[in-house]
Amino acid sequence: MPPAEPIASHTLSILVDNEPGVLARVIGLFSGRGYNIDSLTVSETEHEKQVSRITIVTRGTPMVIEQIKNQLERLVPVHRVVDMTTQGPSIARELAMVKVRGRGDHRVEALRLADAFRARVIDASIESFVFELTGASDKIDQFVSLMLPLGLVEVSRTGVAAIARGPEGM
Amino acid sequence: MTTQAMTKTATTKTAMTETAAEAAGREMTGAEMVLAALADHGVEHLFGYPGGAVLPIYDEIFKQDQVKHILVRHEQGAAHAAEGYARSTGKVGCLLVTSGPGATNAVTGLADALMDSIPLVCITGQVATHLIGNDAFQECDTVGITRPCTKHNWLVRDIADLPRILHEAFYVASSGRPGPVVVDIPKDIQFTKGIYHGPQNVEHKTYKPKLKAEDAKIREAVELMRGAKKPVFYTGGGVINSGPEASRLLRELVKATGFPITSTLMGLGAYPAADPQWLGMLGMHGTYEANWAMHDCDVMICVGARFDDRITGRLDAFSPGSKKIHIDIDPSSINKNVKVDLPIIGDCRSVLEDMVRAWRSNSYEADKAALGAWWKQIETWRSRKSLSFKQTGDIIKPQYAVQRLYELTKDRDVYITTEVGQHQMWAAQHFHFQEPNRWMTSGGLGTMGYGLPASVGVQLAHPGSLVIDIAGEASVQMTMQEISTAVQYRLPIKIFILNNQYMGMVRQWQELLHGGRYAESYSEALPDFVKLAEAYHAVGIRCEKAGELDDAIREMINVNRPVIFDCVVDQAENCFPMIPSGRAHNEMLLSDSTESIEDAVTEEGKMMV
Repeated sequence: MPPAEPIASHTLSILVDNEPGVLARVIGLFSGRGYNIDSLTVSETEHEKQVSRITIVTRGTPMVIEQIKNQLERLVPVHRVVDMTTQGPSIARELAMVKVRGRGDHRVEALRLADAFRARVIDASIESFVFELTGASDKIDQFVSLMLPLGLVEVSRTGVAAIARGPEGM
Repeated sequence: MTTQAMTKTATTKTAMTETAAEAAGREMTGAEMVLAALADHGVEHLFGYPGGAVLPIYDEIFKQDQVKHILVRHEQGAAHAAEGYARSTGKVGCLLVTSGPGATNAVTGLADALMDSIPLVCITGQVATHLIGNDAFQECDTVGITRPCTKHNWLVRDIADLPRILHEAFYVASSGRPGPVVVDIPKDIQFTKGIYHGPQNVEHKTYKPKLKAEDAKIREAVELMRGAKKPVFYTGGGVINSGPEASRLLRELVKATGFPITSTLMGLGAYPAADPQWLGMLGMHGTYEANWAMHDCDVMICVGARFDDRITGRLDAFSPGSKKIHIDIDPSSINKNVKVDLPIIGDCRSVLEDMVRAWRSNSYEADKAALGAWWKQIETWRSRKSLSFKQTGDIIKPQYAVQRLYELTKDRDVYITTEVGQHQMWAAQHFHFQEPNRWMTSGGLGTMGYGLPASVGVQLAHPGSLVIDIAGEASVQMTMQEISTAVQYRLPIKIFILNNQYMGMVRQWQELLHGGRYAESYSEALPDFVKLAEAYHAVGIRCEKAGELDDAIREMINVNRPVIFDCVVDQAENCFPMIPSGRAHNEMLLSDSTESIEDAVTEEGKMMV
């Protein structure tokens, strides 16, 4: 094999026809060809045109990333694929809901940290909170790790959504 | 009902034109639409096998005579026959199978067509819409199963979508890099009435492959070629898929430049084998001169080939000193295995046309002195005569059998199909092709059992031609039942079996890599192929002696009926030259090499197929 090229994380935005099976095609391509999926987000974005946007965070050498992009573009229902990581400045965010259970000091500390991270309390009971937090993945990772000793129960994350900076659309 | 379908393809159309289009459509059932669409796309032959979930379509087949249905004996046969039909004509091959086992049996053929970029439209029946997902009788998730082995597939859930999907199916199968598609039609949809529209203005909203390359790239390519001192053309199946005009342009460009040319297994025939600039096939069992030229070249012009592992050998030693130009219609073929210097995305025909024009309009000439030295070098490699073999005594060498078959048929209008294995490589090496679309073989997937049904499809498309399946006795038994199809439709195909009683290529690898332990590669019980032929109402011929071969082959050619020819050959013969796994192009083994292959193959190489 050629000399090892550096492996880097890339965020791909994929516009697809919102037709049955399209997500299976995209995921099947990744599993069938041995590519990684670190994060996957999908939702309809233009109802009129029946277009969905899939955001995938994957890893690979530049050659593999190029190959992934070309293979995706080969799928018939795929309109466009943009590598947000190389295309120019972009913003990537995800949303997490974090459930923490505790009383006394732990509870107070959790609330204080949530405030510092600008997480909102969206559910509360006498012994628990559910925090809602948006931000870059590493910020969420950090918040979750801080909650761990304070009584972390579970986390639900949306996966990454990404968009380019500036006035242009993809 | 149809407005929804129409807006999908043409979102900008106004309500007025929709109404007009609707008025122009005809009301018919889903089953009638299938036949109407096949007729509209010029389909003459449909390979298929009936079953519960396609009965309404078969009922419509019964009522018409425009589309001729060919009843195969197994759905895999239908797919390969459609492949042979498509590959030898350049048209789309069509098959019709039922739900469940009908669809799963066709899967091998679909995967084969995907690997070799063969345009197929496969229509599958499905259980009624309300039964889908209920584990109904003969239900399977056809679109799920075929998703990774088709270019695209559709499950039709609404009769209003059916005409559009059928037309899109033909469009997707045949445009860009061709491939197989599946249209899965539930039985209730086949009965439901809707409005049918013809294929006019069918354009897929997202799938629009790029055919023409940028001028700058063409200029860059011819500049590179002009400066080349040791150039080589490396061409593949893409040239064949691009149509006869692409082959003609390739010949023009090769002649204009004076460069040597080699080709992959899939590309044989695009350039005439009789021409002195032809180096023979390259790759694992390619010629000495072709592989050395690839290794030592300074400019490689890859046209419609994909740097497959059978071609490249060890990747880090693949043509180390060359600038690589890669012409391909599929961007995902670029930089997949080998990093190239100049990728050109476009259809071979269009790109070759532009390159010929650029070369001629600038009155370019190759570096004559350098090219002369390069040809001299190539001649020394060629003089190694890497395909030579010795035919002595009565026992027929398989290479000799193919050579005689070639000599005795070369003046005829002949089409060759093959199965997979040693016989396939010997056919590629010793049967020489002068024209495209004459050579049908399973290259990418390597499907044993491809050749016999493929020859059925080829013979249907070319009724007056001589169609020969060069086969192995192991491969041919995988789809032997299709000889019955050939007999039914009076297709005089010739099944030329190189019978060595072994799965020859498996045996060769076991001899060379596994200490001669022939685990399960010997067929202890083979049928009497002559009697088998007779049982199928075909003609059986056996030949066991070299001296009798020519007469036997002539007899085979002269019979205007399907023939099974049992050519009993040397059991121990190996296929050379060979680049052992994990080795480079300049490390080939020849039939007279002193080095044993077991020593030649590294532990890493053994891991490879």
